[in-house]
Amino acid sequence: MFLINCPYCGERDQSEFSAGGEAHIVRPKQPTELSDDEWAEFLFMRKNIKGIQFERWNHAHGCRKWFNVIRDTSNDKIHAVYKMGEEPPIK
Amino acid sequence: MSKNLRIINSKYIDQTSRISFKFDGKTLYGFKGDTLASALLANDIHLVGRSFKYHRPRGIMACGPEEPNAIVQVGSDASMTEPNTRATEIELYEGLEASSQNCWPSVNFDIGAVNNFFSPLIPAAFYYKTFMWPANFWKLYEYFIRKSAGLGKSPTEPDKDIYDHRYLHCDVLVVGGGISGIIAAKTAAKNNFNTLLIDDKNILGGTTLFQKNECFKINNSYSNEWLKKEIENLKSLKNLTIKTRTSLAAYHSYNYLLARENLTDHLDLNEKKDKIRQRLWKIRAKKVIIATGAMERPLIFNNNDRPGIMLSSSIKKYIDYYGVKCGQQISLFTNNDSAYETAISLSNSGVSVNSVIDIRDKSNSLIVKQAEKLGIKIHWKHTVVNTNGYKKINSIEIMKLSDDGTTVVGKKMKEGCDCLGISGGWTPRVHLFTQSGGKLKFRDNDNVFLPDKSELDQISIGSCNGDFELDEVTKNSVNLINKFLKVNNNDYENLEIISSKEIDKKNIWLLPSDKPLGKTKPFLDFQNDSTANDVKLALREGFKSIEHVKRYTTTGMATDQGKLSNMHALGIIAETAGVKMGELGTTTFRPPYTPLTFGAIVGRNVGEFFDITRKTPIHDWHAKHNAEFENVGQWKRAWYYPIGNENMHEAVQRESKAARDSAGILDASTLGKIDIQGSDASEFLNRVYTNAWSKLEIGKCRYGLMLNEDGMVYDDGVTTRISENHYLMTTTTGGAANVLGKLEDYLQTEWPELDVYLTSVTDHYATVSICGPNSKKILSKVIPDLNLSDKEFPHMSFKNALIDNIKCRVMRISFTGEHSYEINIQSSYGKSLWEKCFEAGKEFNITPYGTETMHLLRAEKGFIIAGQDTDGTMTPVDLQMDWIISKKKYDFIGKRSLYRSDTIRDDRKQLVGLLTDDPKEVLEEGAQIVLETKKQPIEMLGHVTSSYFSPNLNKSIALAVVKNGKKLKGQKMFVPMKNKTINVTITDTVFLDKENKRLNA
Repeated sequence: MFLINCPYCGERDQSEFSAGGEAHIVRPKQPTELSDDEWAEFLFMRKNIKGIQFERWNHAHGCRKWFNVIRDTSNDKIHAVYKMGEEPPIK
Repeated sequence: MSKNLRIINSKYIDQTSRISFKFDGKTLYGFKGDTLASALLANDIHLVGRSFKYHRPRGIMACGPEEPNAIVQVGSDASMTEPNTRATEIELYEGLEASSQNCWPSVNFDIGAVNNFFSPLIPAAFYYKTFMWPANFWKLYEYFIRKSAGLGKSPTEPDKDIYDHRYLHCDVLVVGGGISGIIAAKTAAKNNFNTLLIDDKNILGGTTLFQKNECFKINNSYSNEWLKKEIENLKSLKNLTIKTRTSLAAYHSYNYLLARENLTDHLDLNEKKDKIRQRLWKIRAKKVIIATGAMERPLIFNNNDRPGIMLSSSIKKYIDYYGVKCGQQISLFTNNDSAYETAISLSNSGVSVNSVIDIRDKSNSLIVKQAEKLGIKIHWKHTVVNTNGYKKINSIEIMKLSDDGTTVVGKKMKEGCDCLGISGGWTPRVHLFTQSGGKLKFRDNDNVFLPDKSELDQISIGSCNGDFELDEVTKNSVNLINKFLKVNNNDYENLEIISSKEIDKKNIWLLPSDKPLGKTKPFLDFQNDSTANDVKLALREGFKSIEHVKRYTTTGMATDQGKLSNMHALGIIAETAGVKMGELGTTTFRPPYTPLTFGAIVGRNVGEFFDITRKTPIHDWHAKHNAEFENVGQWKRAWYYPIGNENMHEAVQRESKAARDSAGILDASTLGKIDIQGSDASEFLNRVYTNAWSKLEIGKCRYGLMLNEDGMVYDDGVTTRISENHYLMTTTTGGAANVLGKLEDYLQTEWPELDVYLTSVTDHYATVSICGPNSKKILSKVIPDLNLSDKEFPHMSFKNALIDNIKCRVMRISFTGEHSYEINIQSSYGKSLWEKCFEAGKEFNITPYGTETMHLLRAEKGFIIAGQDTDGTMTPVDLQMDWIISKKKYDFIGKRSLYRSDTIRDDRKQLVGLLTDDPKEVLEEGAQIVLETKKQPIEMLGHVTSSYFSPNLNKSIALAVVKNGKKLKGQKMFVPMKNKTINVTITDTVFLDKENKRLNA
C-alpha cells in the first residue's frame, strides 16, 4: 500500500486512488483517418514495464482529479507526480 | 502418573495464582504467566501431536512462533474454536481447553501411525505419484487424505468475537523488544521521535531478560539486571508507545505495516466477554527499526523428531523464565557455544546434564570454560547417530566424527536421557525485511542470510542483523541507530561489556549416521514431515530450483513457513548439487509472519457492515407494503410486492398487467443522475453519445447510447435539456459511478478545452415513475396546473412544475412503452410525493411494481438493459440499433471501432427476439441456442439474455443474441436443456405495440 502525492491534495493513502493505465497515450484527433492497425495501436497496445513506468492515476475518493505518476513497478517507488498536460519532469 | 517438573525460582510465574485448564480432555494445572507449552511441560507432557504424514509422535520443540509440532486446536465451542495455534504462544488462562490435532482416535494411540511402518513406501510426492489415476478417483482420495492430514477443525458457526482495525502513524517503529530494540526505542524517543515499540510477547526484554551468567555482563551487572532497569526507565519517556502481545504480521512497501494486537486471548474465559479480542493496527511509519532477533536452528540427524528433543535455547527459557525442567536427565547436542549457556543454566538450577555432544574439535570460549569448571562432560568431535524411545526419548547413540565430518568412526556409545537439547546455530529473523522487498546477502563463516539492500527507510539491528554476541549487539546497534536517526546517543556508547566470544565454528547440514542414509529418518521439516532423504530424492529426480524442490517435497510449506527447516533444506540442496548457498538464493517469505485469524483480517467489516447499503427515500414505504428487495450494486431496490400468498411469478404477472391496463408506479430513484453544465455541454454530449445532441430543443429529452472506445455498448439512458447550457443525464443504476468516472476522465485528460462541469445528483433527487393509460389522469390530480395535452407536453419532453410549492421536474419518458411520466423531486420529499401519487391513483387501481415487472414490461417492447442483454461485446449494430448512430458526426467515443474489420463482420452475435413453439414454455436466461442437435460437436450459436412469461401477450417471450441473427428471422432453432430440447423461432425484438400507439394513449 503506497502513498501517492496528489498534486492537488498532497500525500494520501493508495486506497483513495484508482489506477488508469499507461500515461501519454493521446486519443487521435482524427480517428476516421486512421487505418485499422493504427487505431488498434491506440486502442489496445499498452506497455507493461518492469521498471520505470509512466502512469495515469485518479484521486477517485478525493478531489477526483486525474494526474500522471512516474513509478518504478519493481519496487513501487514513485519518482514524480505531475498534472495532466504537463511535460514529465523526468524523461 | 505425571511428575511436577516446576522448580520454584521464576519471577515471571505467579505461583500464587493457580490456573486449571484442559488438554485432550484432561484437567491440568499451571500458573499465571505460563504458556500452554510451559504448563504442559511442567506436567511432564511432551507428546502433543502426531506428524503430518507418518503420524509419528511429536513433542513441544521450541518456545516461540517457530514451533513446528505443538500445533493445537483451542476451544471447543462451534463458533470460537481455533485450529493451528501454537501452544508456545498461547498464554494460559482459567478455562482454557486445547486438544491435539493430527491424531485419531487419540494422541497416545493413533491408527495413522501404521504409515510410519510403511514409510519407506511413502517418499516425497508419494501422494502426487500414487493418486494420479484413475483421475476421477481423486475426489475420493482427497477426502481421506485431508481427513488424516491434521489441518485442524474450522469453526462451524459465525465467530462471536469482536475484532477491530485502527490506523497508527509514527516517526519510528521498533519491531522487537529485546536488548537492541530497547536501545533503539529509548534512543529514538529521547531524541524526540514519536516512537512505537512492539513485541509479540507479554513482556519486553527478549532472551536477555533471563540471561543471568557471568559471561554476559553490562556495566558490572548481569545483562538481565541491566536490561530490566532500562525497561523500567522506558516508562518515563513521553514520546514512546509500547505495545506488547502485538505481533507484526506484514511489512509492505512505503513502510506500511500490519500488526496484530492480542487484547483478550490471555484473559480468563469469564473476563473475555464483550471485549475486543484482537486489533489489527495499520501502521504508517516514517522509519522502521527491525530488531526481531534470531531463532535457533535444529540439527539434522537420524530420528531427530522424538518427543523430548527440543531446541537447546528453548530448554533454557523453560528453566530460566518459566521455572520448568524439560527433563530430569538432559543431554545437549550442538555445533556452537550457545548450548553451553543452557548447560550452565540447568546445572545452576540443579538439573543434571549428562553431557554435551559437540561436533567441533574444541572451543576455548569463556562460556565453554565455565561449563567445564562446573564439571559438565563434553564429547568433542562427536555426533548423535540415533535416538530411541517411541513416545518420548529415552536414550541417544553417540559416535565419533571422521576428520572430514562425512562419516562416523569408532565405537558406538549409548547414553540414557529423557530430554535432548539441540543447537545448530542461529538464523536471523529476516522475514519482515524480505517481506518489505529487501534483498539478502549470505555470510559464509556462520551460514546466515543477512539483510542487505532495501529501498525503504529502515534498518535491521541486533541478531536479526547477524550480531550474535552481546558486545557486538550493543556496539553495532548503537552505531547503526545513531547513523539511521542522525543523532548522537551517549547513553549507550561507553558500556562496559563482558561477553563470551565464539571463535570455533563448524557446521554439517546433514549429520552422518552409522546406518546408510536410506535407513535413517533425519527430519528437516517437522510440521510437513519431510526428511533430508526427500530433498535428496527430489534432486536425484532432476529438480534443481529451490522453489521446485520446496513444492515437490513440501519442505517449508507448512503453517510455520519452514522457520526451522529452510536453512537446512538450502544447505543440503547446495551441498548435494555442488553450488554455493549464497548463489542458490532463498524461497520467499510471505506475510503473515504467523497465521492471522480471519476475524483480525476483516475487523468490523462483517454482517451489515460488510458493504454499504443504499436505500431510496421511499424505501420505508416499500418495506411497509411487503416488498421483496433486490440488490442492484449497493442499492436495495423493490423487486416485487406480493399480496397475500402470492409467489414472485404471480405478483409479477399481476403487476405487469395492471401497469398496462390502468396504472403502475415505480421507484426509479436509483437511476444514476449526472448534472451537466457549461457552455460546451452540447458538444460534450455529442462526443460521448453515438447520436447528435446540438439540435435537441430546450425542454426536450433524448435517449442516448454510450460506447466504449472499442465500439461496444457501455451504458444508456435519457438525457434532458433543462436550459441552453444545462443537461440532466440519467444512467443505469449499476453504471452511475463508472459513467461519471469515464466522463470525468475524457473531460480532464482528452478534452480539457471544453467548458463543462459534471456533478453527480443521484442522491439529491427521488424519482417517481407513473405509467399506464391512466397515468395522465393521475398526474393531473397531483399537479392540476400542468397542461398535459400531447401538444403542450408530448412524449420525450420535460416541464418544471410545483407540487405544494415544491419545485420538481416532470419528464414524459417511458421505459415500459406506456404513456408515462417521471417526476424528480428533492430527495427529502420523495416519500410524500410517492404517497400523493399513490393516493391520487387509488381510483385507477394504481399498482406499485418492482424491478422484475419493469424488466418484463421493457422486454415486451424489446428495450435492452445494458449489462443484461449486452455484455461488453455488443455494438449498437449488433443490437439492431443502427438508427442511433449518427452518420453526420465526425467523431464520438467508439465511432472508429464500429468499422474495424471485426466489428463489421456479418456473422457477429446479434440481438433477436425468440418465441417458443409452446407459448407456455419459458426459456432459462443463459440457455444456449443451436441449429443442429445431432451432429457433434454441436455449434453454440448464441444464448438467451432475457426471458419472461408476458401476461399482456399471454405467451412466453425472450431476447437472445444469435450469430448472424439479423438475417435469421423466422428461422426455427433449438434450446437444448438437461431433459428436453425446446423448439424456438427467431423473431423481431419488439413483441408488443410495434407502432408505439400506447405512448400516446
